[in-house]
This record gives sequence, structure tokens and C-alpha cells, in this order.
Amino acid sequence: MNEFERIRRSRQPKADAKRAIPATDDMPAQQTRRAEMQVRPTGPILPPANIQGNALLVVIAIMSFLACLTLGGVSMVRATASSWESQISREITIQIKPDDGLDMNATLTKARDIALSFVGTTNGTIMDDGATARLLEPWLGSGLDLKELPVPRLVIVTIDESNPPDFQAIRNRLHAEIPQAFLDDHRTWVDRLVSMARTTVMIGGGILILVFTAMILTVIFATRGALSGNRHIVEVLHFVGAESGFVAKEFQKHFLKISLKGSAAGGALAALLFAIAGFWQSRSLATPESDQATALFGTFTIGFSGYLGIIATMIIIALLTTLTARFTVMRTIDEIDLIRSDPARSDGLPSS
Amino acid sequence: MGPEILRDMTFDIPSGSFQFLTGPSGAGKTTLLRLLFLSLQPTRGLIRMFDRDMSQIPRSELPMLRRRVGIVYQDFRLLDHLTTYENVALPLRVRGKEETSYRKDVIELLKWVGLGERINVLPAVLSGGEKQRAAIARALMDQPEILLADEPTGNVDPPMARRLLNLFLELNRLGTAVVIATHDLALMDQVDARRMILTEGRLDIYE
Repeated sequence: MNEFERIRRSRQPKADAKRAIPATDDMPAQQTRRAEMQVRPTGPILPPANIQGNALLVVIAIMSFLACLTLGGVSMVRATASSWESQISREITIQIKPDDGLDMNATLTKARDIALSFVGTTNGTIMDDGATARLLEPWLGSGLDLKELPVPRLVIVTIDESNPPDFQAIRNRLHAEIPQAFLDDHRTWVDRLVSMARTTVMIGGGILILVFTAMILTVIFATRGALSGNRHIVEVLHFVGAESGFVAKEFQKHFLKISLKGSAAGGALAALLFAIAGFWQSRSLATPESDQATALFGTFTIGFSGYLGIIATMIIIALLTTLTARFTVMRTIDEIDLIRSDPARSDGLPSS
Repeated sequence: MGPEILRDMTFDIPSGSFQFLTGPSGAGKTTLLRLLFLSLQPTRGLIRMFDRDMSQIPRSELPMLRRRVGIVYQDFRLLDHLTTYENVALPLRVRGKEETSYRKDVIELLKWVGLGERINVLPAVLSGGEKQRAAIARALMDQPEILLADEPTGNVDPPMARRLLNLFLELNRLGTAVVIATHDLALMDQVDARRMILTEGRLDIYE
């Protein structure tokens, strides 16, 4: 029979003894006759929110807000650059410089026909005098007579994006048959846009790494602070036989709650900001302010994938916080264990 | 390395025994209890507990062995934000047991130590005697083979000290080995038990 069974049995009501346990002299005799007391729902081992926890929640919310803002900004720039890129890469331009004795109209038609003879080109438009004059109007003013000036003329050829033609072959043939023709496939612009988009993504990635690093460091400090502030709880858990993993789990739960609340608040705020900016832009279409903002930042719509990214950022922040807290707690508990068991150190321990 | 607190001592704690550990303040009682609780490593010497050499046990195994030892401190060390019930149930909670599986046992144990009416009370409103009984109940919750008590009557009045002593004696009668560290001579005079007296780091045992 184990001790607990013995304790239980010794407390069974006996005919010849009112109380079996001498130590319960001060126990009210009527207690056993009363109805069973209700036990309140078990509370968490770590005390719930304190000032330190609230401060961490605000820090995580700010970090999450910044991370989501960066992510949204990067996705916005990428979307804008990609839209420019596809618009430009849908067309190529053949420029024909005027030359002595060159029949411009016949050469334009010939250049268009050469381009259209290649697989992958879908349509060719010769920019007429009026369109060319309008194009040059910002620099040369209105009422321009193209016959008086040696202005290059353009043929715009639309290409099949899914099956683009061999630009070099078109270029070679044009060069062979019309020496004044110059093919511009906008590659320079596309390359610049691609490189700009890549740079923006890299900068955004860098900012995200900085934000995450700052957050991890903040969580490490907060966890160590929480452990230091709750050292008495760690000590009690230690002497009731808790393993490091259990203690770490308790702290992990505590920080998971804080980080989920913080990252949800920051992420929701960022999503709200994008939604409001998008709404403002759609309401003020064609106004100078909106046009300026669109020219600078593109549209403020981050789309479904952008919102998914924000949710992913929130989850990553919550996971990072939880894992950081776990590793910090495990390490700190090991340190506490070492200090506790080292006879040369007795930090915070009473001596007899 | 500081001065040696304990030296040249050889003793055993027989299963089911009852003893007082006494000596003047600073003699090393708490240090000896910490050694017995596997919370402190000796700089030299051999400690065998539960048929195992403590120096050969990896640290990860120590919590499992500590679960076989109950410990009670003079300052109770109850968690202020947990109720009496939650404090006493803590050893089972850290073992990952479901609350429904131990609720009845905890309430019965609390009644046994006379705290049946104080289940949902926070330690701040318990008297010194009640806190000490809650601490004892917590130490007993997982049926330890040995109970170590460090000045358990230091913060209670003499009548309560006598009641707590009766509780320890009853526990011992039920089979638990008990070591009570105290310098309360009046308390020791109430029981004819083995006395381990520490003086300047040396141990004398009077059976």
C-alpha cells in the first residue's frame, strides 16, 4: 500500500475515532459535512499581463506594423514595376531617321512589313504626322510642320508576349535593308525597371531582416527580464520537480499570447492603412494629388497576396517571438541551475 | 572558492526515519538540506541517494529524482498569484497531469491539513500557520519518499509549531522519512527522535 492510499484510508470515518489525524486539531469539525467547495478555474503558472508584458506587446505591435508596411511597400513597388515592364515589353519601336533622298512613307511601310514578316509580331502601326507632332509638342511647341524639320518617324509594332520574335534577327534584317532604321525593343528600360524592382525588394528584405533582428533582441531582453522578475517562480517550479522544458513551455505560452496580440494589432493597423490609402486613391482619381501619389508610389492596392503576406508576417513574428522566448528560457534556466548547484556561488539563495 | 561549510561527515537517512537537524545559525543546515535535495553539488565527497551516486547522474535526470523528495521552507515559497489549491497542485501540474485526474486528491489533502475551507484563497490572506500547512501539503502532494523541512516552525507561534510537528510525526508514521532542520530546542524536546547536530561544519548524531 503506498503512502497516499494510507493517508486516504486513515481519513476514513471510524466508529471509535472522530478524527484520525492529530494535526487537524484546528480543522473545523463541521467541514466534512459541508458541500464540496468549487475550485476556481486553474490560473496560469506565470502571472498574467504586467507592465513589462504590455510594453513588449506595444514593441511587437510597432515592429509588426513596420514589417507589414515594408512588405506592403515592396509588393506595391514590385506590382508597379511589373506593370510598367509588361506595358513596355508588349511593344517594340522602329525609328527611322530622315536622310537625303529617302522616301519616308515608303520606308515606314517597308519597315512595318519587314517587322510583321517575323513570327511573334502581331500588329504594326505607323505613327502619322499628327501623332508625331503631338509627341514632340512639349519640346517644340504646337503648329509644328514636320516637313521643315528632319524628325525621325516611328513604327510601333505590337508583339506576342508569350511568343516574342527574335529581336536580333529583326534588327539585322532592318539594318541590311533600311540602314536608317533603328530597332528599340525597350530592353534598356525594362532592365532598369527590373533592376529597380530588385533593388527595392532587396532594400525591403534588408529592412525586414533589421526589424526581425530588433524584435528578436527585444524579445530576448524581455524574456530575460521576465525570468529575472519571476525568478522566485522558476525556483518554486524547480523544487517541485519541473523540468526545464516545462518551465520553458510556460514562458513560451506567455510570450506567444503577447506576440499574437502584438503582431495582430500591428498587422491589422498596416492592412487598415493600405486599405484607407487605396480607398482615398480610388475616390480622388484624376486629381493632381492622386496623380502625383500614383506617379511616385503606383497604386496603393496591395492585393490579396499582399494581405496574405501581412498575415504571414504576423505568423512569422509570433513564431519568432515564441522560439526566441523558448531558447532564451532554456539557456537562462541552465544558467540558473549552474549557479544554484555551484557551491562557490549562491546568488539570491539563503544560507544557514 | 570560499571556505568549506561542511566537512568530514558520514551519515545516512534510513527509510521511514524521523530526525532533527540542528545547530547554530550559519552551521550549514540549509547547505546540507540543499545537498540532500540535489540542488547543490558537493566540492568533494560522495552522496548516494536512492541507490545512485549523485555525481554520476546527468543534470537532465535530476528533476525526476527531486520528485521523490519533498521540501518545505521556512518562508513557505508559495506563489502569490495562485490559490491554495493551485499551489498545492503545482507538483502534479508540472508532471503534466490533467487537472481532473488530481482535483479530488488535492482537495482531500487540503482537508487533511485543515485547509479545506481555504481552497480558493490566495496566500496573501492566509495566516502563517495556514501558509506553512499549504507548503507542507504541496511537498506531500506527489507522495515523496523523504521530506526535508527547513525551519518549518520558524514563522509560527508555539501552538501552531506543535500542530505542525504532529503533522510531520503522522506523516512519518505513514512511512515518509522526515528531516526537520531547526534550532528550536523546545520543539525537539517534544519528541524523542534522532538528532543530527551541526557544529562548525561537523556533524554529530545522537540516536
